[in-house]
Amino acid sequence: MFKRAEGDARASVTIHVEGRAITAREGDTVSAALLASGLDVRRATAVSGAKRLPYCMMGVCFDCLVTIDGVGNRQGCLVPVAEGMQIEIQKGKREIGK
Amino acid sequence: MMKDYDVAVVGGGLLGSAIAWGLGRLGQRVAVLDEGDIAKRASRANFALVWVQSKGLGMPAYTGWTVRGSKAWPKLAEELKAQTGLDVVLQQNGGFHLTLGEAEYEQRTQLVARMHNQVGAADYQMEMMSATEVKKMLPLIGPEVSGGSFCPYDGHVNSLRTFRALHAGMKRFGVDYLPERAVSAITRDGDEFRLTTAQGEIRAAKVVLAAGNANETLAPMVGLSAPMGPTRGQIVVTERTMPFLPHPLTTIRQTDEGTVMIGDSKEDELDDRVQNHPINAVMSDRAQRTFPHLARLNVVRSWSGIRVMPKDGFPIYEQSQTHPGAFVACCHSGVTLAANHAFEIARMVKEGALEPELVGAFTAKRFENAAGVGGSGYY
Ligand SMILES: Cc1cc2nc3c(=O)[nH]c(=O)nc-3n(C[C@H](O)[C@H](O)[C@H](O)COP(=O)(O)OP(=O)(O)OC[C@H]3O[C@@H](n4cnc5c(N)ncnc54)[C@H](O)[C@@H]3O)c2cc1C
Ligand code: FES
Repeated sequence: MFKRAEGDARASVTIHVEGRAITAREGDTVSAALLASGLDVRRATAVSGAKRLPYCMMGVCFDCLVTIDGVGNRQGCLVPVAEGMQIEIQKGKREIGK
Repeated sequence: MMKDYDVAVVGGGLLGSAIAWGLGRLGQRVAVLDEGDIAKRASRANFALVWVQSKGLGMPAYTGWTVRGSKAWPKLAEELKAQTGLDVVLQQNGGFHLTLGEAEYEQRTQLVARMHNQVGAADYQMEMMSATEVKKMLPLIGPEVSGGSFCPYDGHVNSLRTFRALHAGMKRFGVDYLPERAVSAITRDGDEFRLTTAQGEIRAAKVVLAAGNANETLAPMVGLSAPMGPTRGQIVVTERTMPFLPHPLTTIRQTDEGTVMIGDSKEDELDDRVQNHPINAVMSDRAQRTFPHLARLNVVRSWSGIRVMPKDGFPIYEQSQTHPGAFVACCHSGVTLAANHAFEIARMVKEGALEPELVGAFTAKRFENAAGVGGSGYY
């Protein structure tokens, strides 16, 4: 659904989504990179398990919650990507120890 | 507005709504007069424990009343569910009070012994457990936990949903809920009570004062007394996490939807618009020493609330001698005692007499002899 603008000259950054390498751009937020990846990156909400994608992209709605480098419930739209980052799509409530 | 009621209940918190619900259930015509949305309400700020252990030190009757309330809770939860469709997620599989370090363990052991030795108190099987025993039931406790006390009657509930269910239910029973009707005066006119509000007068054959700490000023209007000594409590709430806590603790519980509630403190400050942050820090620190994995969680909310607290910590239920038909009801632990209020107090108000065997110990006359009784040993 999302397509990267042509002529984006920013350097590429590799991150891993559920163990799978994807190419993002320097300056992308985790949420932007996930949306651009073309993968199914829908999380499941904590109470009803409803499917959700990032929505406001500015830190307000908390629909972008994701596990980043082993830390759960992070707002992907507020975190810039970094080389080698490990992303897990969160299914439900934050896990114990994450 | 003028309309005749069998009973006017003053206050629409957990006590007023439970009593009004119970009266409506018995076919009484009831009005609930309440303040507006910005009123201080303990019923919206509490920790939601249905708690038995350590209640009643200094007054054995309170132990019995609490055990009775705990045993009647399933009936209340079932009736509310059947009537309103709301599940208040009552869980009563026992609860803990955990201790950190040896000194706290010793102190708790002594408290448990004092409770057991109290003559006339109902036995509620509170027992001390070693850290090893606790760990079998709560595997995630940290190394500082020295053990704790366990009581099989303890539990918790979704208290905001309970509050909502009581309001939804009393409406279905035909109770008139009248917000923005602060009562400023109560007089008796023949066999009727007249309750003055800025919106006009309400008349009723009986009146139940369930206005929380405001009972102190309302009670003398009908020849009753309710000396209060409110305290402030604070609660910290984390983001939702996977279920890890199968039993509630006095100071930590996990809600059915996954949030962790940490509480609750006791201060003499009575401003519920501010919080004492060092207290939140201590509570959170103790929580993460009890369950180290909590240290990773974000806090999403915290608040302070004012407890409805009779001066000695024990409930007050009384009918006026000078104004028969006027009752007062107030207590800390209105969640724990909700079923007693809905079934027993409501029934006795309808019948026009409080039964001494059940609630005689809770007369405010106990405050007349200066010494009074000690605290309720809530923790
Ligand atoms: C931080 C905290 C933690 C707690 N934890 C627990 C717990 O874990 N378990 C438990 O069992 N209990 C707990 N409690 C106690 C419990 O919440 C209270 O016992 C209960 O809510 C009291 O209900 P109430 O209806 O008497 O008072 P309130 O909820 O204070 O309601 C009183 C009502 O009377 C109304 N009112 C006042 N004056 C007038 C007037 N003149 N005219 C008309 N209406 C009036 C007010 O507007 C209000 O709606 C806790 C309380 C606090 C603050
Ligand atoms: S997308 Fe709304 S907070 Fe991140």
